[in-house]
Amino acid sequence: MTPASFDYVRVASLSDAIALIAADPDNAKLLAGGHTLIPTLKLRLASPALLVDIGGIAEMKGIEVGDNIRIGALTTHAQLLASARLHEALPIFRQAASLIADPQVRNRGTIGGSLANADPAADWPAIVLALNAELEIVGPGGRRRMAAKDFFVDIMTTALNADDILLAIHIAAPRPGTLSRYRKIHHPASGYAVVGVAVALSRQSGLVSHAEIGITGAASRAFTAEAARDFLIGKSLSVETIKQAALLASEEAECLSDRYASADYRKHLIKTELARALVSFEEV
Amino acid sequence: MTEPETLPYIGQPLRRREDLKFITGRGRYVDDIALPHMLHLTILRSPHAHALIKNVDLVAARAAPGVRLALSGADLAGKIGSIKPNWILPGTKVPDRPVVAVDRVRFVGECVALVVAETRALANDALGLIDVDFETLPAVVDETLAIKDGAPQLHDNIPNNVATIYNVGGGDYQKAAREADRVISLQIVNNRLIPTCMETRAIVAEPNADGTLTVYVPSQVPHMHRRWIAETVGFPEHLLRVIAPDIGGGFGAKMHLYPEELLCPYLARLLAAPVKWWETRSESHQSTSHGRAHTETIEMAVRNDGTVLGMSVETLGNVGAYLSNMASGGPTINTVNFGTGTYKIANYRAISRVVLTNTVPVDAYRGYGRPEGAYIAERAIDAVARHLKLDPIEVRRRNFIAPADFPYRPYNGPSTIYDSGNYEGCLEKALAAFGYEARCDERDRLRTKGLYRGVGIAAYTHMCGMAPSRRLALSGFDRGGWESARVSVDSSGRVTIYSGSMSQGHGHATSLAQIAADVLQVPIDNIDVVQGDTRQVQAGHGTFNSRSMAVGGSSVHVTSRRIVAKATKIAASMLEVGERDVAYAAGQFSVPGTDIAPLSFSKVARMAYVGHRLPDGLEPGLDETTFYDPTGMGAPSGVHMAYVEVDPETGIVDILDYVAVDDVGTIINPLLASGQIHGGVVQGIAQALYEEVSYDSESGQLLTGSLLDYAVPRAESVPFIRSSFQETPSPTNPIGVKGIGESGSIAAPPCMVHAVLDALSPFGITHVDMPLTPPRIWAAIQHARTGAGQ
Repeated sequence: MTPASFDYVRVASLSDAIALIAADPDNAKLLAGGHTLIPTLKLRLASPALLVDIGGIAEMKGIEVGDNIRIGALTTHAQLLASARLHEALPIFRQAASLIADPQVRNRGTIGGSLANADPAADWPAIVLALNAELEIVGPGGRRRMAAKDFFVDIMTTALNADDILLAIHIAAPRPGTLSRYRKIHHPASGYAVVGVAVALSRQSGLVSHAEIGITGAASRAFTAEAARDFLIGKSLSVETIKQAALLASEEAECLSDRYASADYRKHLIKTELARALVSFEEV
Repeated sequence: MTEPETLPYIGQPLRRREDLKFITGRGRYVDDIALPHMLHLTILRSPHAHALIKNVDLVAARAAPGVRLALSGADLAGKIGSIKPNWILPGTKVPDRPVVAVDRVRFVGECVALVVAETRALANDALGLIDVDFETLPAVVDETLAIKDGAPQLHDNIPNNVATIYNVGGGDYQKAAREADRVISLQIVNNRLIPTCMETRAIVAEPNADGTLTVYVPSQVPHMHRRWIAETVGFPEHLLRVIAPDIGGGFGAKMHLYPEELLCPYLARLLAAPVKWWETRSESHQSTSHGRAHTETIEMAVRNDGTVLGMSVETLGNVGAYLSNMASGGPTINTVNFGTGTYKIANYRAISRVVLTNTVPVDAYRGYGRPEGAYIAERAIDAVARHLKLDPIEVRRRNFIAPADFPYRPYNGPSTIYDSGNYEGCLEKALAAFGYEARCDERDRLRTKGLYRGVGIAAYTHMCGMAPSRRLALSGFDRGGWESARVSVDSSGRVTIYSGSMSQGHGHATSLAQIAADVLQVPIDNIDVVQGDTRQVQAGHGTFNSRSMAVGGSSVHVTSRRIVAKATKIAASMLEVGERDVAYAAGQFSVPGTDIAPLSFSKVARMAYVGHRLPDGLEPGLDETTFYDPTGMGAPSGVHMAYVEVDPETGIVDILDYVAVDDVGTIINPLLASGQIHGGVVQGIAQALYEEVSYDSESGQLLTGSLLDYAVPRAESVPFIRSSFQETPSPTNPIGVKGIGESGSIAAPPCMVHAVLDALSPFGITHVDMPLTPPRIWAAIQHARTGAGQ
């Protein structure tokens, strides 16, 4: 199909983008990588009057790894995969990026687009949850930051207002010895996660001192497995601990059923994949 | 002209001469065609599986910018014929299929209205303005439900939705069942598939100033399309030219007659302008024919030693809402005739019902019926081994048709004949290549460590190149079984082959040239191959049923021999010796035992056109045409083996090894032959593990409407495929070649399923229907673990 006709503006500055969106938030759409938006337009599932192409806004690009980590919302999956400094600090980024689609998609699709779209089976939501990321948002009222766990509301729904723009992802510098791992069982057609489990964890004297678990694909939104996380704190990663944490994570999820996979299967995958992620830390 | 460097060409793994063009993106497909003043057709498709059309309001669409025409089915009624099947099995009830639905739609995706506009975008905009008033009706999508009392009825002339009932068999199954030690029964589903081509369908129809019409279409059967379009649109066939340029895959889906292939020619004449249509992927899923879609119920009457005494098969073939081109032949002759597979089963009873449902019409897809038939035979023989706790290899050996039995007529039936084969030979090669015993030992050892590995095997045979022509009449197949080839040698000695076969990526420009080069003994670079233009190519039946090398290749072979025969006459005259004294070798006509200087092929070709020294009564020129009608069909066969590991926690199948040993007779080009096996095996693995079309059972909505839902395997999903060959030449044609294109997709599904079932055997699982997706395998394990399945 071909999209219905629309106006297109490529803006050079954030303020131009904000102004255009604010003028008619219900009929304007931001265009970043376009990997969800363009197919949606072509199938005429959406027909916005205006596309605001934000691809030229410098402030929304780039990866900064210093005391803290800042990832511009327009950073592509391919850039996240390629960044050596990011890989050094948090190898989970390269690992997750390598599991997203194919090189063509990774070259265009952006992390900000993925997060703002909030597909319940997208990969990045699990990662930012596990890393306790903060999302920097700009709207007509100015800038603000929001914890990732408050960002994902429901299927394709975030805490963003219609006139907000997701600007960047901020992550506190990882504690020394932080381990991170993303495991994903992908849908054979879409490549999206049937279940994806992201874990970041650090230990002191062999006991878990910090942990966070982000889960995607399983439910109507990405979420943190809080019971499992709380259980892990202060424990060693023994076979029994891992088993119990995996069980807790699977039990706290309200899993989706669809034509491909049942809720029971998804629950089981949470258990299996979290356990396997934790076991892999033991093997480090 | 250079002399041949390497003879024979047959048997050499030459790279495709087409590769450079395709790999560098210089293929030319129908969608690449843009003509001046070209208009664009788009189709409004039914959103309902079954509904009455109460009204189609085209007023707004007709007034939309750039729109030249907007029509409903009612507007077209009487102006364009109905779409008729080309294969009508005797006794078949044929439903009427208007090109655009008039008062009723019967599947999601059926054409309801059309728009022709100056651009495709404007045509799409106008589609959105068409208002159709539907009254929905109950729908039925499942073949087992469609035949039940009270099921929604699709067509008034087809009670119970059964278009054909076909019986075949031999011997006495009932007696065999009485005498058997036991009867093993199983029910299997052959999952509905979408023949996913890289290139979707497309068509451009161009009216010419001289009153002729040129139709560009990616057709596997250009001459058949010329006839069908002419007959249905009501246009003189001699004024119609069909051109099939490069084709991005066909797999059977591009050999049928579709509405758009009739609409573009009709509209182009009506509007006196070229009209183009191309199919989006979403449209393809709901308008291009699907494949398979069977349910089979099988009984095996066996002795405890694994000898099969008798077999009974009941097939329900779901053919969708209308009878597509070959649909009455697929679930019937093409499937159940092959139900006994590679095995000697004297007592066989099969019945097949061709069932209409509110779904996309189902037709040929790589193997058409033979994958279904082999799946019947192989799942059944494996079930016999499993139930009797016998080695599946030994059970196969015990029942195999032996080399001395050929030509073999299974169950003494009426029409199926296997010309040749050596199944035991393929089996031995496969077992050796696979390392069967070591693999079984490893599997058993690893099971004690909680790893679930499985070994799978499948043997197959089928028949290629439907022929001879006179026999096709008996089955209601309204075309011949011959293929034509014209071999034209010009006055410089350059050779052009005009072949009625049609490459869709097969590499005919290479393989057909190899055949001709050997007979003509000229370098392959001096041979061109022309296909896919009904004005250039004399006649043809195209490419399907793995027929191109067996029939089309034989035609090139026979014609090339005629060229040599004529050239020998001319050479004899030039050399002033008797024709029998002339020998032709290495591209030279010589007189052995004399010192007469030999003549090259090109010199003789020159003389053929200069004409000075031709023998009395011989016409000038060096140009021959053959319509080669085979005496019988070749029966390829083979044994495939797979080794898999199943993760019981996720249900994910890891394919560790895949071995294919195929006997397709003489191999013309081992590289292209292996490529055919690779592609077919991948599509077979796809059926076994990935692909399945789903419909909502209530609403009849297509749930796998795009590649986001319909899982076509990626390169990473398939293993390295180890392909090798055994060559038992076919006695049915001069080259000894059989067909190859469908072998992989026939053998791989049962092979993969057997491997997975073997891996799951510790759980007591004996059956999972395709596709064996991770969730399905996991659920089967849960079911078995809770004891519910036992």
